[in-house]
Amino acid sequence: MSGPPLLEVRALTKRFGGVTAVDGCSFAVRRSTITGLIGPNGSGKTTVFNLVTGHLPADSGQLVFDGRPVTRPDPGRLYRRGLSRTFQQPRVFGELTVLENMSAAAGHDWRALAGRRLSARDAARGDALLAEFGLSGHRDTPAAELSYGQRKLLEFAALLMSEPALVLLDEPTAGVSPAMVATIERHVRARNTSGTTFLLVEHDMGLVMRLCDPVIVLDGGTVIAEGPPDDVRSRPRVLDAYLGG
Amino acid sequence: MRRRLGRYRRYGPGLAGLAGLAALVVFPLAVSAPWLVTVGLFTLMYAALASAWNLVGGYAGYPSLGHAAFFGMGAYAEAIWWTHRTAGSGYGPFWTLPPIGLAVAAVAVPVAWIAMRTRTDVFAIVTITFLFVVQTLAFNLRGLTGGAQGVAMPVAPFTPATFERPFYYAMLALLLLALAMSYGVLHSRLGLALTAVRGDEDKARSVGVPVGAAKLTAFALSVVVTAMAGGVWAYYLSFIYPQFAIDPLLSIGMVLMVFLGGRGTLWGPVLGAFVVAPAQQYLAYRFGASQLYLLAYAALFVVVMLVMPRGALPTLRDRIRRAEARA
Amino acid sequence: MHEAVQAVILGVLTGGVYALMASGQTLIFGVMKVVNLAQGALVILAAFLSHSLFTAWGVDPFLSVLIIAPLMFALGAAVQWLLLRPLHQDDAALLSLLVTFAVALGIEGALTVVYHTDYRTTRPAYVDRSWRIAGYQVGEVRLAAFALSLITLGGLWMLLSRTRFGRSVRATVQNPVAARLLGVETARVAALGFGLGAATAAAAGAVYGMVYSFNPNSHYDLISRLLSVVILGGLGSLGGTVVAALVMGVASSLVGALASPVWSDFSFFVVLLAVLLLRPQGLFGARLRGAL
Repeated sequence: MSGPPLLEVRALTKRFGGVTAVDGCSFAVRRSTITGLIGPNGSGKTTVFNLVTGHLPADSGQLVFDGRPVTRPDPGRLYRRGLSRTFQQPRVFGELTVLENMSAAAGHDWRALAGRRLSARDAARGDALLAEFGLSGHRDTPAAELSYGQRKLLEFAALLMSEPALVLLDEPTAGVSPAMVATIERHVRARNTSGTTFLLVEHDMGLVMRLCDPVIVLDGGTVIAEGPPDDVRSRPRVLDAYLGG
Repeated sequence: MRRRLGRYRRYGPGLAGLAGLAALVVFPLAVSAPWLVTVGLFTLMYAALASAWNLVGGYAGYPSLGHAAFFGMGAYAEAIWWTHRTAGSGYGPFWTLPPIGLAVAAVAVPVAWIAMRTRTDVFAIVTITFLFVVQTLAFNLRGLTGGAQGVAMPVAPFTPATFERPFYYAMLALLLLALAMSYGVLHSRLGLALTAVRGDEDKARSVGVPVGAAKLTAFALSVVVTAMAGGVWAYYLSFIYPQFAIDPLLSIGMVLMVFLGGRGTLWGPVLGAFVVAPAQQYLAYRFGASQLYLLAYAALFVVVMLVMPRGALPTLRDRIRRAEARA
Repeated sequence: MHEAVQAVILGVLTGGVYALMASGQTLIFGVMKVVNLAQGALVILAAFLSHSLFTAWGVDPFLSVLIIAPLMFALGAAVQWLLLRPLHQDDAALLSLLVTFAVALGIEGALTVVYHTDYRTTRPAYVDRSWRIAGYQVGEVRLAAFALSLITLGGLWMLLSRTRFGRSVRATVQNPVAARLLGVETARVAALGFGLGAATAAAAGAVYGMVYSFNPNSHYDLISRLLSVVILGGLGSLGGTVVAALVMGVASSLVGALASPVWSDFSFFVVLLAVLLLRPQGLFGARLRGAL
């Protein structure tokens, strides 16, 4: 639990027109944690995700990932460096089969484009992950035919192909059945045990309290509290933010 | 029954392909009428062009309407190179085609790099605008292109009775090249990357797919074939003008054939070309004087878009899949 | 200097005509997200109709707009209703682009059958008259054309901002789903919008026919310029289109006067390329998109 943090966000700011969505936001994600990022609607959680992963350019602020500063965040380059994310609405490649989805997310660079569509190595690793996530039965079906929950699982499983150090999960359990919530929770825990760090945005407070430590609370685009879940939950500022005080 | 079907699945396409190739090789030797060989020549040209277009428009989902510009650049490069040279045995001009294809592709990459910052419909507009840029250049750079007067290259010294044959086989070779590229792309990681790009480009980028490299490679491959076809076409006609060498109708022809046969499939563009190109030749021949063929062409286009927007092959494949699922 | 000012005057007047031609296309894009590749062909069709009315019955080209506009409106609405509405939703944007290209080919083909390929110009008596204002030549036809553009654009703006139909159009532009939920019949609005866009081509065509010579093939020259204007204006913004048309008109007129007329078209593409490199969303795309 010691050593430099895996991800450091310093004074990150993003304005949309006149609205400041993220306002001097600073926090750190320590290695091997499952860090929760919570806050009321519109507090800037997803924008923080988009800034950290390079999906949006920040107006100002610094990022340090894995001990090195990220000067021009680019989603693809960060992914290959070990920082990956899921989306609120699961995004998979519908025309590709489930196994091909795994291979597409393996993080190969342009030199690998001439290689075979599905290398034996990718297939083996993909199959192993699909087995772990209980998707082996759908291996050769187009991803478009999967259910919503299965797509969430596939998106999660696929980015593990790149052996990420840090995974950002954007509302991993939104819109899925209680059984699927439990499944996803189990997978996050298992992966965390084997060394992957998680940062997750989530509205299901029960899940956050069970899974995350520490928890970072965002309001108005800045961090208003940070600490163990029980501690954070009882702070007046957090209650105010949630209850609209 | 199942087993026989399986064996057919395995060897059938290869055998059918070989038989088709044999028929195409024999065709100009078997028919005596030169005009039939000409129809064959143009059909093969369109099949090659459509297959090449499919690499960008089908696999990557970037519907270029500017490919006629690259065709024209290949045609002009070939014609200008040979204007003041003698064709000798007549086969020399075929050997300048590969370097021309590569050179035009080298020009195309920066163009694609700019144009591919936009998506689908805007990309289509940008590329068709590029086509008009090139056409304007062909009209205006008179010192190089002869402007509206056009440019002439030596007429091939082949005997009139079999004049079309070398051009026919050159187009056949280009079709095979285009098919080999399509096959190679489909079975390589490039094909996987392109399908991902077509489905959700931002997501592809976010999982580390080398989106830019994949798109540019597909574009460059596509342009190599397109420009070489332009070169063969220029040599066959031995005289070219801006408005025919760089013709929006050619771009739209490629699109129509790919849409008719099936976008993103290996054989769809070939099927589309083998249906549309002979019909086009026939209509131009039959109604050429009155330009009624434009009307017929427009009508065919609208029908394809309305009735079978996904193309013949994918529609057929779905039918078969559903039928098998029922059985 | 005198030459440059003269060129700017001409450019502004030409830009007005481009604004008129492109406004229809912008309206159509705004309402349906359809890039209408047939807009140039519609303008040329109107130019031919106006030419025929003038030569056969001596109808003044400016008055002929009143006759042609309803016809063009009906044609545009029919294209949307019969050809674009039934398209498969998945990639309607692309398919409709191709269908409008087919419509352009169809119009070109029909015009060629009827009028053949020779060039012609509509020449009423006043076509060559011009005024001298402070030492500068201003062609009467061009000035009248500019005025007609202003009137049409003003009318369009009034229609969009002051009427019930205009509100439906703007609602559809901004959020088609919400508009449908609020009871706007978006398919009908789209047909009316397309019809309106085609009707502006009537005015543009009558003017075009007096200022330039044209044949059925001319729509290609037009469409490339119109697309440049529409992209530069930020696709779907009426204000942006007008400004872009004026910029393009002046730029090409200056190039034509100071360099060479054959390169004046080219300035469109150079400006367009620069915009794509620097601001892919167009000059006004970010601020005015959907503002109409």
